[in-house]
Amino acid sequence: MLRLLCLLFLLLAAPALAQTADPYGQLAGDGYAEIEAGVSGLAASGDPRADAILAALSDGRLLASPDKTLLIRQGNAVVDAKTGAPAADSPDLKPVRANNRVRRAIEAARGQLDLANADPAKRRAAADAVFKARDAAALPALDAALARETNPGVRQALTEARAAVLLAKPGTAEADRIAAIPAIQARGDGDAMGILRGLAADPSDAVRAASARGIAAIETRLAILGALQNVWYGISLGSVLLLAAIGLAITFGVMGVINMAHGEMVMLGAYTTYLVQELIRTKAPALFGWSLAISIPCAFLVAGLMGVLIERFIIRFLYGRPLETLLATFGVSLALQQGVRSIFGPTNREVGAPAFMSGAFDFYGLSITWGRMWIIAFAMAVFLGLLFVLRKTSFGLKTRAVTQNRRMAAAMGIRTPYVDALTFGLGSGIAGIAGVALSQIDNVSPNLGQGYIIDSFLVVVFGGVGNLWGTLVAALTLGIVNKLAEPYIGAVLAKIGLLIFIILFIQKRPRGLFALKGRAVES
Amino acid sequence: MGVVQKAPPRSSRNHPHPSPQGGGDTRCVLGIRRMTPRTPLIDLKGWIFLAVLAAFCLAVPVLNLAVPEGSGLHVPTYLVSLFGKYLAYALLAVSLDLVWGYCGILSLGHGAFFALGGYAMGLYLMRQIGSRGVYGNPVLPDFMVFLNYKALPWYWYGFDHFAFAALMVLLVPGLLAFVFGWLAFRSRVTGVYLSIITQALTYALMLAFFRNDMGLGGNNGLTDFKDLLGFSVQAQGFRVGIFVATGVALALGYLIARIMTVSAYGKILIAVRDAESRTRFLGYRPEHFKTLAFTVSAMMAGVAGALYVPQVGIINPGEFAPTNSIETVIWVAVGGRGTLVGAALGAVLVNYAKTVLTGAMPDAWLFALGALFVVVTLFLPRGLVGTAIERLGSRRAAAKLPPEPEIAPERVEQGQGA
Repeated sequence: MLRLLCLLFLLLAAPALAQTADPYGQLAGDGYAEIEAGVSGLAASGDPRADAILAALSDGRLLASPDKTLLIRQGNAVVDAKTGAPAADSPDLKPVRANNRVRRAIEAARGQLDLANADPAKRRAAADAVFKARDAAALPALDAALARETNPGVRQALTEARAAVLLAKPGTAEADRIAAIPAIQARGDGDAMGILRGLAADPSDAVRAASARGIAAIETRLAILGALQNVWYGISLGSVLLLAAIGLAITFGVMGVINMAHGEMVMLGAYTTYLVQELIRTKAPALFGWSLAISIPCAFLVAGLMGVLIERFIIRFLYGRPLETLLATFGVSLALQQGVRSIFGPTNREVGAPAFMSGAFDFYGLSITWGRMWIIAFAMAVFLGLLFVLRKTSFGLKTRAVTQNRRMAAAMGIRTPYVDALTFGLGSGIAGIAGVALSQIDNVSPNLGQGYIIDSFLVVVFGGVGNLWGTLVAALTLGIVNKLAEPYIGAVLAKIGLLIFIILFIQKRPRGLFALKGRAVES
Repeated sequence: MGVVQKAPPRSSRNHPHPSPQGGGDTRCVLGIRRMTPRTPLIDLKGWIFLAVLAAFCLAVPVLNLAVPEGSGLHVPTYLVSLFGKYLAYALLAVSLDLVWGYCGILSLGHGAFFALGGYAMGLYLMRQIGSRGVYGNPVLPDFMVFLNYKALPWYWYGFDHFAFAALMVLLVPGLLAFVFGWLAFRSRVTGVYLSIITQALTYALMLAFFRNDMGLGGNNGLTDFKDLLGFSVQAQGFRVGIFVATGVALALGYLIARIMTVSAYGKILIAVRDAESRTRFLGYRPEHFKTLAFTVSAMMAGVAGALYVPQVGIINPGEFAPTNSIETVIWVAVGGRGTLVGAALGAVLVNYAKTVLTGAMPDAWLFALGALFVVVTLFLPRGLVGTAIERLGSRRAAAKLPPEPEIAPERVEQGQGA
């Protein structure tokens, strides 16, 4: 590259060749060196058609006529390269050839051209490419681009790229090198750290000191970012826990029974999603983007119906015997697992992600995937919806009354068995909805529910029953603490530590964070 | 509840643990001796159980060792080990019945104590392999050589002595149960909360034991055992011997549980089960009674695990799986909670059914087990033995049966709020 630039200077400096310094003429010339010079010259000229010409050259569609006019073949037609006007095709036209050196020159030239592109995103990408390549030849183009750039984001990227190039280039003055360090430091990512680390062998003490300060600043920033990223993962895990546990919290709160088959309701929801997607794939592929939205009510109905069935046929007869309810529902969970295994097989089922769930975006250095983002939003929506149902509807009023004092509620004319069945259906239905979300981030297998059930129990125990806010706080706390501890002690020890924490926690508050108060609750 | 007439109950501060045999002093204070007839240590069903167990433990070795192989009466050695496994499970079930049937503690983590006892025995058996392992290292077990361990981790020290290992079989589960129980019972964690926490306990232990860094064999567990106290674990004689030992341990476990439950201590235990608050108001400290029962039960489960491991030849973290513990609960429920004999019977019956069904129709077993949970809780709440005693209509026997445990007053009170 350096050689190319020198060549360019030579060419510009040599009066004998001055007349041929027109890049169009050079491109139509004979030797590879001349063509290479033409490519660089074209890039530096800022000609609006330069990109099209270079693209044509790299595709072998750039033609030269015997009188050294450049033409571009576009399909069957031929246009003049300089003006874009149609031109006559002739058998005398010869393609301009390119060897590897010319191709490299083309690539570099197109990168520089992008610095002048009208689209800010392209300009930014070009600046980032220069930052990574640290090519000293790009310096003039960077300076030119900086002079005319108005977009602050792109300006920042250009400044960083220029600083990187200056630091990489041998022979940059000490003052310039020191001045370049803050720009790199401002970037603050791993690449910037790499550049600054590379300055450890710098002959100048001042540069070394500045780069050491820069490294320290970046390390702090990266540590904070890492912690924030873990908090984000924690919120994500917490929202999954919230989805899985919230239905459990309701049924436990209202009926005082633990539904061991709750995890299997989650699994049923995930399999419902799978079935809905299969149906859409075969019958109406156009609806695929809506498959999750369609699955949500289906999963709610399937799991909710199963919940009502369990309540009506089993739990109803075990009223007042919470431990036996636990055993009976465990039996149901075994049968459901085996049933799903018999029907769908023991292997994982593939559930696709619609386009809006895939991909990620960058948020001030945090990498945020759309899938998790949507799951968090979804969990919050479910939470708020449930809060609305419990606070503002007649059913919710009755449910809360039964939770607080079953006998008194019955005495006031509330049909408690009816409330029980509906609550159980609601809790199970929400587990089904959780299954729709979990199908996006976990394997859809008969064991899906088992992986979440113990964590869900812990959330309920931690948060206290009969209070949705308690479940929310508990789920998010457990999720965040788990993810924050994971990098230091590993996933398994983090989980064990959390468990010990909860055992110790219930020493202080045996009924969870947000225990219901009142005489009825004391036992 | 006219038991307290003569003297106000002494503060249990002075009497945290009345002796299991029930000293005259305690009985006198309670007035139990005057008001209720003394329960015999071994009642009719106990005698039947012990007789059947003794006959079984005599017949199986004779049929295995003395009857020639071609004969139709011959019991092959693999069946002896299978029966021995059932007996170990029965001991586990008895230990669970002690806390669930008599103390209302539904432990969904008893498999953890069983597995810990099994691991203690497994460590001893691993140390006995010596240089006969694949890598021939005289000190380090094969998996440690494979994982590049340089020296034996400290917690392996001492396990080359059988006496130490036997002590650990009792101490490790007992200590865990003591600490855990003391923490849980002290803060009055009861009912489903307690069940969930015990389940989480065994789950956490499972995760921990699955780690290779734990130095206990990780995923693969401990296996390839060679000998125990100098006898080869593969030999026919050893198989028969450990079978009989398991039978004796089961009988002893039954007797210990029986002593604990028919004594004055046991009466208070039952009182705690049926109305914990009321017992507390009478001046007893329920947490002390519960912790003792829980600890003894965990030790018993540990012994069961220790006897189980040499017979199946492997111990791995899968034994900690919460499902195993819940299966144990269903054995007790099938046989009859609060009968001890029923727990042992349930363990043998359910496991026999499991052996038969998983062999004949592997897919059907979980359906059957699931249905068993539902059917037993719905239609057979007292289990086989409990129902049989009820049906026989013997008034004496019925008087000894615990009252409908879960519908005790306290449960109903809880039902309002929790």
